[in-house]
Amino acid sequence: MLEINVKKRLRDFDLQVKLDVERDKTLMLVGDNGCGKTTLLNLLAGLDNPDEGRIALDGRALYDSEYGINVPPESRGIGYVFQSYALFPHMSIYDNVAFGLRTRRMPADEIKDLVREHLEAAGLWDIRKAKAALVSGGQKQRTALARALIIEPRLLLLDEPLSALDVRKQAAMRKELRETIRACGVPCIIVTHDLRDVACIGDQACLLERGKLSLHGGTEEILCWGTDMDARGEKEPIQI
Amino acid sequence: MASNEAEIIHRGEFSNREHEILSISDRVKDISLKTGVAALLVLTMAFIALPVIALFLKSPLDKTLGSLYDPMVLDALRLSLMTSTLTTIVVVIMGTPIAYVSARFNYFGKELADSLIDLPVIMPPAVAGIALLVAFGRMGIVGHYLNAFGISIAFTTLAVIMAQVFVSSPFYIRQARTSFEDVDLAFENAARTLGASRVYTFFYVILPIAMNGLISGAIMAFARSLGEFGATIMFAGNFQGRTQTMPLAIYTAMQGDLDVSLCLAIILVAISFMVIFVVKKLTRRMYKNVRN
Repeated sequence: MLEINVKKRLRDFDLQVKLDVERDKTLMLVGDNGCGKTTLLNLLAGLDNPDEGRIALDGRALYDSEYGINVPPESRGIGYVFQSYALFPHMSIYDNVAFGLRTRRMPADEIKDLVREHLEAAGLWDIRKAKAALVSGGQKQRTALARALIIEPRLLLLDEPLSALDVRKQAAMRKELRETIRACGVPCIIVTHDLRDVACIGDQACLLERGKLSLHGGTEEILCWGTDMDARGEKEPIQI
Repeated sequence: MASNEAEIIHRGEFSNREHEILSISDRVKDISLKTGVAALLVLTMAFIALPVIALFLKSPLDKTLGSLYDPMVLDALRLSLMTSTLTTIVVVIMGTPIAYVSARFNYFGKELADSLIDLPVIMPPAVAGIALLVAFGRMGIVGHYLNAFGISIAFTTLAVIMAQVFVSSPFYIRQARTSFEDVDLAFENAARTLGASRVYTFFYVILPIAMNGLISGAIMAFARSLGEFGATIMFAGNFQGRTQTMPLAIYTAMQGDLDVSLCLAIILVAISFMVIFVVKKLTRRMYKNVRN
């Protein structure tokens, strides 16, 4: 289980989040631009530090300001798919996916087998030699996901994983993404702007507004959110 | 009524004529502007190209090739290539971490450090030479202590390398800094979450992505070292085979044999052309990578 209780001063407001995500559950994090969604993912991954609080995964503290614990990102075992996918442009698809295993100094034979297994599952084996910068948006997304999953992460973070794809591809990838995430059985947080992602992929959902969790519930409740926010006078609360 | 119509027609004709006059004057302005810019361009190109062409016209091929075997030319060529290569290696080893830190981190005194790194570009080479002399020369503030241990730097090959490092390091560091700044932070973050340490990330992700820019910076530093004159003659002197690099040999030969001087000059021009060609090619590839 992932336990989050963090506070961080941002430029215009305080990011203050207290929330738990159970194993096998996918939490969809929704909110306007600049409300602190990506910052929260970076805090969980260790790429940024909270001012105070505690982050624990399966009972083990990754960050604890009280006890001075701050596990570096490379030791947290978190799979992170960035919004831009951040595939290394000088490497092939194969080398991108193998990167996380090479940093762990795994024997070459094992790397070969594991990478092959993941690339075949993602339908990328045929283009394994292509440079990452030159493949399509959908292939980039699948490579980024395979690269994050091959290290067998204990937590999966996805920052707007479908936003770089065109609308037609999004629908197909949504289903594929849900199945892949379910199969790996770890807590997962997905940042999104799109309520269709929430309805299709998530188990629970949160609305983050200026650094605070204003709504938290099951994904079936999402359709009511638009009405709630209209009532509060917001013009374009969430894109549907 | 009829007179009104006539007046309207007259006004219309007048405005058409006025419009024509205006459009003619616009066209004249446009043509004269283009002609002026073209003339300026031709003049500037001629100003740069003419001396280079003159260099080739004034040096007969047989004499130039013959001068290649002159001991002075061979010594200068060997020394210049050796010192410039060593300088480039020193500048790359010293400058790469500095450029990376400058591109990625903020620290106390960063502004001052960056200005200090850029200073040799603006400082006249002769001033750099005398500054090095009063720092590392026999009576210099550091050289004084080194001399006590029997170490003398001034007027040695080491002094040539030091002078070249001093003047050429900003060319590499500035280019390397820009290349590191162009590497998206997301690549670095992705590598860290995949289990790579800072050092592993630097060598396997950041360095390869920034490589074209670093090579182009190193070539610029090499070229600047090869052409260094002022600081070298002040700090290292002009001794054939020991401190007399190609520019110094050109200057010395000018007083005796002009053919030797021209031969060295042509070699330097050829190297300059090669440098421009390689840097342009690499820079184009670098921008392509950044865009991807």
